[in-house]
Amino acid sequence: MNKLSVLAAGAALAVAAAAPAQAGKTLDAVKQRGQLICGVSQGTAGFSRPNNQGAWEGLDVDFCRAVAVAILGDASKVRYVSTTAAQRFPALQSGEVDMLSRTTTATLTRDTVNGFNFAPVTFYDGQGFMVPKKLGVKSAKELNGATVCVSPGTTTELNLADYFRAQKMQFKPVVIEKVDEIRSAYFSGRCDVYTTDASGLASLRAVDAPNPEDHVILPEIISKEPLAPTVRHGDEEFADIVRWSVYATIEAEELGISSKNLEQMLKSEDPAIKRFVGVTPGNGKALGVDEKWAYNIIKQVGNYGEIFERNVGKGTPLKLERGLNDLWTRGGLQYAQPFR
Amino acid sequence: MAVQYGGRPAGGTHWRLSWNDRNVRSIVYQIAALAAVVAGVWYFVDNTLENLRRLGLASGFGFMDREAAFPIGESLIDYTPADTYARALLVGVINTLYVSAIGIILATVLGTVIGIARLSRNWLIAKLASVYVEMTRNTPLLLQLFFWYMIFLELLPPARQALQPVPDVFLSNRGVRFPVPAAADGWSLMGAGVVIGVVGAMILSSWSRRRQAATGQQFPVVWAGLAAIVGCGVVGWLLGGAPTALDRPALRGFNFSGGVEVSPEFVALLLGLVIYTAAFVAEIVRGGILAISQGQTEAASALGLKRGMILRLVILPQALRVIIPPITSQYLNLTKNSSLAVAIGFPDLVHLANTAINQTGQAIEGIAIIMAVYLTISLSISLFMNWYNRRVALVER
Ligand SMILES: N[C@@H](CCC(=O)N[C@@H](CS)C(=O)NCC(=O)O)C(=O)O
Repeated sequence: MNKLSVLAAGAALAVAAAAPAQAGKTLDAVKQRGQLICGVSQGTAGFSRPNNQGAWEGLDVDFCRAVAVAILGDASKVRYVSTTAAQRFPALQSGEVDMLSRTTTATLTRDTVNGFNFAPVTFYDGQGFMVPKKLGVKSAKELNGATVCVSPGTTTELNLADYFRAQKMQFKPVVIEKVDEIRSAYFSGRCDVYTTDASGLASLRAVDAPNPEDHVILPEIISKEPLAPTVRHGDEEFADIVRWSVYATIEAEELGISSKNLEQMLKSEDPAIKRFVGVTPGNGKALGVDEKWAYNIIKQVGNYGEIFERNVGKGTPLKLERGLNDLWTRGGLQYAQPFR
Repeated sequence: MAVQYGGRPAGGTHWRLSWNDRNVRSIVYQIAALAAVVAGVWYFVDNTLENLRRLGLASGFGFMDREAAFPIGESLIDYTPADTYARALLVGVINTLYVSAIGIILATVLGTVIGIARLSRNWLIAKLASVYVEMTRNTPLLLQLFFWYMIFLELLPPARQALQPVPDVFLSNRGVRFPVPAAADGWSLMGAGVVIGVVGAMILSSWSRRRQAATGQQFPVVWAGLAAIVGCGVVGWLLGGAPTALDRPALRGFNFSGGVEVSPEFVALLLGLVIYTAAFVAEIVRGGILAISQGQTEAASALGLKRGMILRLVILPQALRVIIPPITSQYLNLTKNSSLAVAIGFPDLVHLANTAINQTGQAIEGIAIIMAVYLTISLSISLFMNWYNRRVALVER
């Protein structure tokens, strides 16, 4: 509910006002606390949602875990803070969370005026529309006059307005912050259409819909949504660690290293693999973390392909294709910068 | 020095610069306090600016005339995503004022009725009224808002199976749609006629009051006033060609078009605010009536006034004096509580300012705007109610 985001924004104000200026302190704070505080979403299956035991799971969650491994050596040393789309930025700005891994699209405004930096993209996505099958709609171009459910404070609501303007169509938005409320508004028929990132639609349809068969996702993808972990300006060392933790999962997949074959890889003669797993030291020192950091990430969290398949891949209810999220060597966009 | 402190002989205000002089002490204290406040404010402002610079955050209100680009569900003024942030926020201010104003009127009416009902000699009515008060007063407002919103979403049918309680009135989980007179000259002329009638009724009422004061003769001012208003309205309507065409809602495509729609978000918010606040108003009204001594009622019935007239002519005018100060704070509460709108998606000021904060990253400016607007609304309500309070107080004695 939005009172919270007012509070969060108020907290941002209070912190900005009260804390004397300090730079590069996120990393120190994480180490001192012995815990990473990671802002995640409210509950999107496959990305971040608590399981039956109450443990957070998902693709976004796994990147929080990877960063915790790099800094603290232990994937379980994370405290998850559930945020609505509107609360997430004040929470990050105010220091309530160390980073966001929360289906957050990297954009120019967020990178600049919001004062954030984005790690490499962990999921290439795009915005889509879902409608009840019984409406008989086949294309987004037929949505003139529709009522559309959308969350505030997102790129989604901006793209939605842009799309209808460009198509010269009318629509009526229903805008609610809490994801449970906006979902039940859609499922009760208050809206004709639900719009969010295509991955979020797949998750909503497969896991939250009372009957997945009753809903269709329209073919049009109306935007680019490169979802990436987010940190605030002012701590470059921490930003570097987050960036390279993401790359580590991709690099491992490129090198053919997975949590299954990791132990054999320790004996590899390939210089790139020896550098990656820390047999040849240097990378860890350069980042200011343990030389085994990348080895530990793969051991505790897995490589990018394993993370993808475990959370959103073919064997999960979401059944997503790798598509753009495949390695560049296989026609996708995932590409790690060199580990040297 | 015009100010005299106790113990000093009048006229003998000579200044001694001594710590024993209470004037000197108090001035020193005041300067010290002022310096502390200024230093505190300066510390916070300086730190804020410094931290914003460090985080690389832009500040200032420059964003206000940039394109907002986000859609708004309901607005009393024209708005499209191509408009500016300033206009988007204005939509929010107007929506907040709109729901608060209607809420205050309805909560006052409902609360007065319930408050009087609690004092009813009829056991059932009194009991029902107190059950109402206890139930609504003792559950959180947010919960009640969700409750009303869920009633709309879950119990009412989708648009295509909308209920039609009265012909051309449609009730669905998209809200309430009802027909309105189609735009025509006759309606504007009727509006003008009604305005003229209202002015006439006001003149009539002040004339009749003066005449009654002077001669004691009564004049049926209520009926005459009503006749003036209705009569002038009808004349205007006839002059405008007596239009009768209605703009009727009809199902077209996804939604109804035509007529006027009231959204479930608005209705749920209004219902929640009115029903919750009315319980507090009822208690205040009941307390106000009980504060008037029983002797007045007895005296009035001795004069032969009926119960309804005693209430209207003797009790309520005096009770108002007791009622108005606490009811003012209920009005303020209702206005501030309207910001819970965000939970059910009504685009009030807080909702839209939050969106603006998110899309621009200007949290401090956004919060400052919210605070300034609520402060202005609250102070205006207080000023108006204080003025009204003085007026009733004067009339009473
Ligand atoms: N990628 C978009 C939207 C991301 C987003 O959080 N969307 C909301 C609205 S549907 C969401 O997925 N919430 C799900 C949750 O909180 O679990 C952005 O960065 O603005």
